[in-house]
Amino acid sequence: MNATVYSLEKVSKTYGSREVLRVDFLEIQQGEIFAIVGPSGAGKSTLLRLLDFLEPPTGGQLRFKDYSANGGRAPLEVRRRVTTVFQRPVLLNTTVYGNVAYGLKIRGDKEVQRKVKEALEQVGLSELARERARLLSGGEAQRVALARAMVIEPEVLLLDEPTANLDPYNVGLIEDIVADLNRKRGTTIVLVTHNVFQAKRLAHRVALLLEGKVVEVAPVRDFFEAPRDPRTAAFVRGEMVY
Amino acid sequence: MIISGDPALMQIVAVSLQVTGTALLLSTLVGIPLGSWLGLTRFLGRRLIIVLLYTGMGFPPVVVGLFVYLMLSRSGPLGALDFPLVPRLFTVNAMVVAQVIISFPLVAGFTMAAVMGVDPNLRQQVLSLGATNWQATLAVLMEARLGVIVSIIAGFGSIISEVGAVMMVGGNIEGATRVLTTAIVLETRKGNFDLAMALGIILLSLSFLANVIMLRLQGRTFEP
Repeated sequence: MNATVYSLEKVSKTYGSREVLRVDFLEIQQGEIFAIVGPSGAGKSTLLRLLDFLEPPTGGQLRFKDYSANGGRAPLEVRRRVTTVFQRPVLLNTTVYGNVAYGLKIRGDKEVQRKVKEALEQVGLSELARERARLLSGGEAQRVALARAMVIEPEVLLLDEPTANLDPYNVGLIEDIVADLNRKRGTTIVLVTHNVFQAKRLAHRVALLLEGKVVEVAPVRDFFEAPRDPRTAAFVRGEMVY
Repeated sequence: MIISGDPALMQIVAVSLQVTGTALLLSTLVGIPLGSWLGLTRFLGRRLIIVLLYTGMGFPPVVVGLFVYLMLSRSGPLGALDFPLVPRLFTVNAMVVAQVIISFPLVAGFTMAAVMGVDPNLRQQVLSLGATNWQATLAVLMEARLGVIVSIIAGFGSIISEVGAVMMVGGNIEGATRVLTTAIVLETRKGNFDLAMALGIILLSLSFLANVIMLRLQGRTFEP
């Protein structure tokens, strides 16, 4: 963990007259699992959309490696280095194979079959390759969404509450896959979750976001055992802080 | 008469297919992009366009025929121009113009509804996977394919069976602008019920065949 992947300075996002995000300073390092925790409406998903270049920031400087977002739409080659798995998997109305192959096909990849096969093996869904994706259970669908993101080998994988509403078995499976991906491929992972236990299990560093502002960023142990900010301490204890 | 392949009958069938086929193709080329654009974007004046489109979906064909007739007649605003691209009255091209005006609002309207029915998060998801804007639009259209094909079926249905407009702007000229529907009207008036029936059977068969082809295009979409 050395090179900086994302660097945010005074990054803000405003919808109409309502400012939903204001990050004074935040850096995310290469190869780390960086968790962003906070209550609903704290701006976590908005921050993730900025990091995925789905929306430009309203103000401030957002840098991704050698690219600096300047308010316009990020170029395709930059957007293709990052992808998001959303809380609710939106699968295409085709087979499991077709879903996982999508990102490769739009890139004109020559080894679609081999890569899809490997990705499905990684998420334990090889036997469902020819099934209609819309017939899968919630856990299986989220694993397809994860395989679809992993197969394009992104430099950064953004996870937006990937296990919310899932059973403990699927939560465990997905957490293992994510940890494995980070360990073996060195993929930088930004995990948004309101589940502090998940952040504790997976992350190297954790940030608390409250009302659009970063309250504290710390290594996982410090964040949970010796938080500097009383609001972090309260959040970690599960107390209402909003 | 059908089995023996009567040349006059075949000519009427050919003109019908030419007029409806060309009009449907043009309606699809205009209607699907227009419907997609209205379904995917939000802009000032969008509601007005949608209201106009919905009005167009319910346009009485005979009024469309009257409008095209007045526009294209020698003393009309377009006919008076004598411009090569403006079709003359009582030609196949004039009939195509009328049928496009009848069917394209249906294609665009149903496409718009189908596109709006697709999960709005799908576009965001495919963009996140690295799709270009065009690829994302195509993905949404693929998801909406059932509705898009229904829009084409609706457009086809509205013009294959249409008689008022083609009668007015085509003139029902034998060997030139006579189509199945206008021929049925004429033959019925003349008391040639056997020929009218034969034409009716052909019209129904063509409509049935076209719908079977389009349902095949929908493929497995009908499966749960």
